[in-house]
Amino acid sequence: MTVTASIVDGAVPRVLPRLTPENRPFWTGGAKGALLIQRCDACDRWVHPPTDVCPTCGGPLHPEAVSGRGTIFTFTVNVHQFHPDVPPPVVIAIVELVEQSDLRLPTNIVGAEVDELRCGLPVQVVFERNGEVYIPLFTPVDERA
Amino acid sequence: MIDVVERGAIISGIGISRIGRRTGTPHLDLTLEAGRAAIADAGLADSDIDGIATMGDTPVADTAKALGIEPVFTGGGMTTGGLLSPVMSAFLAVAEGRARHALVYRTVQMMGGEVIPQGGGDGDGGGRNEEMDTLSRIMSDIEPLLAVHAYSAVNWVGMHCQRHMHLYGTTKEQLGALAVNSRRNAALNPLAVYRDPITLDDYLNARPISSPFGLLDCDVPIDGSIAVVVSPAAYAPDCPKPPVRVQAIGGAPPSGSWTQRPDYPKMSSVDAAAEMWGRTDLKPGDIDVAELYDGFTFLTFAWLEALGLCGDGEAGPFVEGGRRIALDGDLPLNTYGGQLSAGRMHGYWVLHEACVQLRGEGGERQVAGQPEVAVVSNGGGPIAGCMLLTR
Repeated sequence: MTVTASIVDGAVPRVLPRLTPENRPFWTGGAKGALLIQRCDACDRWVHPPTDVCPTCGGPLHPEAVSGRGTIFTFTVNVHQFHPDVPPPVVIAIVELVEQSDLRLPTNIVGAEVDELRCGLPVQVVFERNGEVYIPLFTPVDERA
Repeated sequence: MIDVVERGAIISGIGISRIGRRTGTPHLDLTLEAGRAAIADAGLADSDIDGIATMGDTPVADTAKALGIEPVFTGGGMTTGGLLSPVMSAFLAVAEGRARHALVYRTVQMMGGEVIPQGGGDGDGGGRNEEMDTLSRIMSDIEPLLAVHAYSAVNWVGMHCQRHMHLYGTTKEQLGALAVNSRRNAALNPLAVYRDPITLDDYLNARPISSPFGLLDCDVPIDGSIAVVVSPAAYAPDCPKPPVRVQAIGGAPPSGSWTQRPDYPKMSSVDAAAEMWGRTDLKPGDIDVAELYDGFTFLTFAWLEALGLCGDGEAGPFVEGGRRIALDGDLPLNTYGGQLSAGRMHGYWVLHEACVQLRGEGGERQVAGQPEVAVVSNGGGPIAGCMLLTR
């Protein structure tokens, strides 16, 4: 099931990743609201970060949309200004996707109160447009929805 | 038993430059201060040195020229044993006879722990590409981290610490016990940059940086240089000072990750420690003094667990209250004040201090009962190296 996620425009500059044939679907899938993660044709395991062949079985990989749901695996609230154009606070996190344990990606948590942040908090993806790159960010799941 | 090549090497001399913050002293001056002190300490002349290894400031060629030597061995990088890779490369070169006496140094000038690439997005020329290629070789996930504004090691390590707290109940008070202990030791080290005592309240009330870390979880950038001379074991009888012997070294392979280890929040330190313990019959219980990397408080916790000095997840209770890690405790830890208080010599003051303690030259901060075995470690995340040194 593909959940079409909302897209926002980036408000501050980011150091954008260099696109490669392997990582392009992940970084650009947000244009269509899809979080595209590699999956092994042979053993069905999800694979991230993007690579050339399945690290488990050596099988070929294809990009496939995941649900965009996950939990906060860990996080840090950065309040020190390191980048001159990026005002703090910034919530940096690693999110674990629901599809598979150990399927993790670094991200930012947006639309959350700092006090509600905790390891295990359910979150869902939103995308931030930065040119052709769509950064997957995560926001707490609205429990009332 | 495997052939433990590094046991063919000893540390015959040590040297340290003036240490300070924003001193304005040229890096070559600092390097030569430390280097010449180490060479003299080893009972050698500049012309006896035929190998040089380092990383970072003051390239090998500049030092060789200033010393008037043409080294047959040069070493560097950080891909075999983290920041201690140059030292380890010298151990092996000297033990294998590729060099006789090698000078190894690390010189820093207010070095920080953040990565802010120059230039913006795609297509801004080759400089950024080259920088990212270099960084990616030692930190495979640096690009996805920078993409989410995680510019500093304080962010990367902070997330490990937060996860450790979640899994094991580790507390700020436990981290603070390490910071307070280090400051207490720094007060006994004339070269340490921060020597005024701090309390646990000072630690807890320090300016927040990146949760769960505040300012006093972070090490102190400084200017300085530390050097050691690596000589063959056969030189030991001729050393003017007690030779420091190399029992075993351990490192981690390059290009690991800050975010993807299956055993997160463990780090490459567990791989380096496993390699080191696989090269010796000594056990964690044999260690008399520990000089463990503390770029951030939590990195020392990670090393305590990786080295088996306490159980997995038990670093917090191990350090709590500070008695066990004090100079007169069961495991004196970071006896010179650590990078947290003495200053950020980027993995080399731990090495220097292990030698000081094993030689019995610690003065007011000397661990009683003459330590016989010291462990030295450096690095965090995908960068890790450690070594066991003995008298």
